[in-house]
Amino acid sequence: MPSHDVMPNMELYQPVQVEDALAIADRLAERGWLVGGGQDTYGWLKDRAKSADALIDLSAIESLRGIRETADGIEIGALTTLTEVASSDLVRGSFSLLADAAGKVASPQIRNIGTLGGNVSQDVRCWYYRRGLSCYRAGGNLCYADTPQGMNREHALFDQSRCVAAGASDTAPALVALDASMVIQNMSGERVVSAQDFFVGPANDIENTTILRPGDILTAVRIPSTWANADFYWEKVADRNVWDFSLVNVAAAFKVSGGEIQDSRIVVGAVQTTPRRLTDVENAIRGSSRSAETAESVKEMATAGARTLAHNGFKVPLMQNLVKRAISA
Amino acid sequence: MNSKLTRRRFIKGVIFSGAAATTGAGVYLANAQSGAGAAERLIALNINGRSRPVDVMPSETLAYTLRYKLDLTGTKIGCNRGECGACTVLIDGVPNYACSVLTHNVKDKAVVSIEGIKSADGTLHAVQQAFIDENSPQCGFCTPGQVMSAVALLNSNPRPTREEVRAGLSGNLCRCGAYEHYINGVLRASGQIA
Repeated sequence: MPSHDVMPNMELYQPVQVEDALAIADRLAERGWLVGGGQDTYGWLKDRAKSADALIDLSAIESLRGIRETADGIEIGALTTLTEVASSDLVRGSFSLLADAAGKVASPQIRNIGTLGGNVSQDVRCWYYRRGLSCYRAGGNLCYADTPQGMNREHALFDQSRCVAAGASDTAPALVALDASMVIQNMSGERVVSAQDFFVGPANDIENTTILRPGDILTAVRIPSTWANADFYWEKVADRNVWDFSLVNVAAAFKVSGGEIQDSRIVVGAVQTTPRRLTDVENAIRGSSRSAETAESVKEMATAGARTLAHNGFKVPLMQNLVKRAISA
Repeated sequence: MNSKLTRRRFIKGVIFSGAAATTGAGVYLANAQSGAGAAERLIALNINGRSRPVDVMPSETLAYTLRYKLDLTGTKIGCNRGECGACTVLIDGVPNYACSVLTHNVKDKAVVSIEGIKSADGTLHAVQQAFIDENSPQCGFCTPGQVMSAVALLNSNPRPTREEVRAGLSGNLCRCGAYEHYINGVLRASGQIA
C-alpha cells in the first residue's frame, strides 16, 4: 500500500512546558524521540530505518520559539522555524549570514515547519545509512559508501573515521562562523557550549552528530554581537536549487578595516560530518585585502588534507572555488 | 458528524477519552493502545472552516487523516516523504506538506485543503480558474498542491514577479514539467496576464 500512511504505531507526548518535556525525555531516554518540525524524523520512521517507542513533540512549547535581543546579541529559540529565522528583521539586520543559510534549506514548505534546532540536529547524509543498512554509524561493522563501487559522490573529504558521511545542515556552518553557542537543558540543569563543540565527528562518536544525549533538549541558540554586521558571504552548491542538501557550502564572516582583513571566520559545510572551520586560512589572510590574489594564495591550503573517495573528487575544486569566492567577493 | 465515523468507532473513541490520564501538568499523551496512559484519540479538527471529529492515531499524518478518514481525497500523496509537494495544504494560512505533519499537531489550527478553496457558492478560486484558462495542469496529480502554494503566495504577495512565483511554487514538483504554465496561471490569477 505505497500510497497509504506508513508511520509506525508510536506513543505521542505533546508537552507545553519545557520542564514537562525534560521529564518525559529523561524518563523515556533512548526509547523517546524528540520532534521539532519532524522533517528529518518522519523519513527515518516511515522507512523503518530507525525506531523509538514514543515521539516527544516539542512544537507546542511556546517558550522555545521566537527571536529575542539579549545584552550581547540575539537568542533564537530552538523551535523557531527556518522561515522565521530567514525573514526575521533581527537576524537579517545583524546576522544576515544565518538568514541567508536558513533561507536556502530544503523547500519553502519544509522551512515553514522545520526548526533551527532540528536543522542543526539532523542526521548525516548517506543513502546507505538512511536506507537502514547496518553500517558503522548504525552500530554495524562496515561502510557501504567507502568502497570501489560505493555511491559516495556526496560524501566527506575530511575527518573520515570508518564513517564517511557528510553533514547535511546548512545553518550549522553559519552558526559556527558566527561563534554561536548552543543552550542545552536536561533534568540536571542547563549547559551552554560553543557551536564548534556542539557538533561531533565519527572519530569521537560514530553514532551521533552532536553532543546531545538522551534526556537533553537543545532549547536555544545564542549569537553574540562579536560578528554582528561583519562582511558576510554565504553560498550553497547543490544539484537542485530546492530540496537538495549542499554538495559544499561556505559560510564566512570578515572584519575589514583600512582595506585589510582584521579577522575572519571561514566555515565549510558538507565536506565532513561537522562544519569545517578553516583556521589556517583565517590566519593566512589576516592583514591582506579581500582580493582575488589573496584568495588564490590560500586555495591549496583550504583543502589541505582532503582524502577523496572514488566519486567525490569534484568537491576539492568546488570547495576551493567557494572559499576563493568568499574571500574575494 | 463525519459519516465515516461509525457508531462502533465513536463509542470506542469515547471509551479511550474516558480513560484519559495526563502524565503531568499540561502534558498530552495520545496512545494507540488502551491501558495505562491511553488518552485522547478522538479529536476535533478545523478543516475548511468546519469542525470535524475524527479518531486519530498518535503518529498519524495529516495527509492520511484527510484522505482516508475525512474523505478529502483532493490532497494527493505523491512521495509521502516531503519531497514532492503534492500533499500541500494550508495550516493557519501557511503551506505545509500534509504527509509530514502529525494530525495531532494541527488540533488547534485551521487547516485548508484543496476542497476548501472554492467559494461557498461553488465559484472557483481565481487560481483554479486561471490554471484552467492557462491549461496549467497536464496529468493533474500535482495540481492540488500547486493551487495551495499559489493561493498562499497570492495571500501574502498579491502581485508577485515571475521570479517570486517561481520561488513560491518551488516546493512543488511537477513530473510533467508544466512549470511555466503554472507560473503563467499564477500571474493570470494575480491580474498581471489577461
